[in-house]
Amino acid sequence: MSALTTVDTRSADSPALKEASDGSASHLTPADRVELLRLMSLTRAVEERGLSLYKQGRIPGSFYDGRGQEATAVGATFALGPADPVCPLIRDLGAHLVKGTPAREILGHYLGRADGVSHGREGNIHFGDARRGVVGMSSMLPATMPVAVGMALAFKLRGEVRCALSFFGDGATSVGDWHEAMNFAGLHHVPAILVLEHNGWAYSTPSSKQFVIDPIERAAAYGIAAAAVDGNDVEAVFEATRQARERALGGGGPTLIAAYTMRMHGHGAHDDGSYMPAAERESWEARDPIEAQRERLRALGVDVEELERAVRAEVDEASAQALAMPPADPGHVLEGVFCEGQPEVLGEGAAPWSGFH
Amino acid sequence: MELTYLDAISDGLRTAMREDERVLLLGEDIGAFGGAFKVTAGLQEEFGSDRVIDTPISEEAMIGGAVGAAIVGMRPVCEMQFADFVACGFDPLVNIAGKMHYRLGLAAPIVVRLPSGGGVAGGPYHSQNPEAWFMHAPGLKVVAPSNAHDAKGLLLAAINDPNPVIYLEHKYLYRRIRGEVPEGAYETPLSAQTVRDGSDLVVIAYGAMVHAALEAAEAIEDASVRVLDLRSLVPLDVEAILAAVRDCAKVVIVDEANETCAAGAQVAALIAEHGYEHLDGPVLRVATPDVPIPFAPELERAVLPGAERIGEACRKLLAY
Repeated sequence: MSALTTVDTRSADSPALKEASDGSASHLTPADRVELLRLMSLTRAVEERGLSLYKQGRIPGSFYDGRGQEATAVGATFALGPADPVCPLIRDLGAHLVKGTPAREILGHYLGRADGVSHGREGNIHFGDARRGVVGMSSMLPATMPVAVGMALAFKLRGEVRCALSFFGDGATSVGDWHEAMNFAGLHHVPAILVLEHNGWAYSTPSSKQFVIDPIERAAAYGIAAAAVDGNDVEAVFEATRQARERALGGGGPTLIAAYTMRMHGHGAHDDGSYMPAAERESWEARDPIEAQRERLRALGVDVEELERAVRAEVDEASAQALAMPPADPGHVLEGVFCEGQPEVLGEGAAPWSGFH
Repeated sequence: MELTYLDAISDGLRTAMREDERVLLLGEDIGAFGGAFKVTAGLQEEFGSDRVIDTPISEEAMIGGAVGAAIVGMRPVCEMQFADFVACGFDPLVNIAGKMHYRLGLAAPIVVRLPSGGGVAGGPYHSQNPEAWFMHAPGLKVVAPSNAHDAKGLLLAAINDPNPVIYLEHKYLYRRIRGEVPEGAYETPLSAQTVRDGSDLVVIAYGAMVHAALEAAEAIEDASVRVLDLRSLVPLDVEAILAAVRDCAKVVIVDEANETCAAGAQVAALIAEHGYEHLDGPVLRVATPDVPIPFAPELERAVLPGAERIGEACRKLLAY
């Protein structure tokens, strides 16, 4: 069993936090830092467009977004190599965008269109992109944690230099899968990164009603290294994940990263989140992850307004393309339940971080 | 070579592991101990602990993990220590593995072996036949060999199949049934097989019930009774079932599983819909009533179908 390392970057006294918050993180180039902002802004813009289309009645069913949590999904996935698969969750649209699924295919998916990424077979944030190494979530949380651990086990057995990442929420740590996955990951010392999106709420239930012991405190019990990070600081999340990946690829086993963040909308578009105390919401509102990154880049002289305009234009175009897609075709509804012929394995996604280029 | 049903399964695993380095085994106590029934005896010695992995008691992590390994190119075979325990791994099978290709276009070629069935005084948690749970879940194949030849051939077919396959191996048959098994690799098709010819009535069965059906058929001297072994429940060999109905006109369907919504209920429904014109009498079913499987041998015998009950149903229908 490897020595455990716990890095607590929540504390203001922590050197790690100082490094991250003053923008001196050495593994990100200025272009990387701009790209992190662009991907977070794109996440929010796609979700805002989705919400708008939902309210117009053009998106059927339900709609879920991850407003306020963009830094966690984007920052963590940005640290992954092209061959590192990711299992995103309901608040992790940014993970899909980092891996390269085009915004038009995502909006087409929300709309249930034929050329959306799931071809109308899935709705809202339930989708994956097998071409790009993105395993779609199931609603049974955290059911993709064992899947990520299994992928990581295969990488370890084959001696491949890659890792798997699964996100999960604080509420999901109450479920048995979580224990089984943590135990299995620790026992087999697999190259997995397990990212806890600790937003404090599981639908309307606060984490105080989910557990007594914070999940990060439980990591050591499984022999798993842990790192706490400000989930609203995209560069800090990136850095924690980069280190976890380095540990995983170096044979150091899995890491649990606890990213403390806040969901700024209700669970879904149907939920006004009125159960969340106003003071809590306001304090997190002031810590908006996108605004924080904008501030950093403004200080570097980056024209963030221009970047924002470009993102809006991209989403306008993607939205127009998605709305022009034909509806899902019932003629194919019975196809593909089973695979016929030789199966294709999970593909490789984009890896925009300069460290891979 | 002549092998027991159990040794045929072991030989199938060994053959697959020798031929395909992607194949790995996951299960509880399957390594040095060789599994609760010794199906994996000697395999860890031959293939090492990286390919024959003793897991913690974690059916969800085992099956969910197998799905993860499968989507990145492995061919995992999971052993449930008893079929009953698959209830603990239900979610990754039904909601992850079964839906994955439809949702994501991503194949999850895993095999989950279920030592199933009663007749061994196993009681309510070591005797179940849970195949219908999975027949009802889209995206999962379900096979149930009745003899040593098919036990190996269906296992190899399951491992080579690009889809998740539930493989039911009947505990009662493990050491009671032997048969000629070819050496090396071969696949048994996922289709039904006539195991006894006949033209007056057909008994449709699978797994251990095939043997009870054969025994019942042998005891009927004044009529020609066919026995059709389904071998695969998903896909179900509709053509073979309807051909048997056309040829025989009288049908008895046997399930060792609890009666309601069992595999035989689906067979009966297919016959009612597509074979009605060929029937000469009601479709009769013989199954375990809807009770948990009791422990005491007297109680277990009272609920599990056997040659006697199958024979009674046949005689009743032949006299119709």
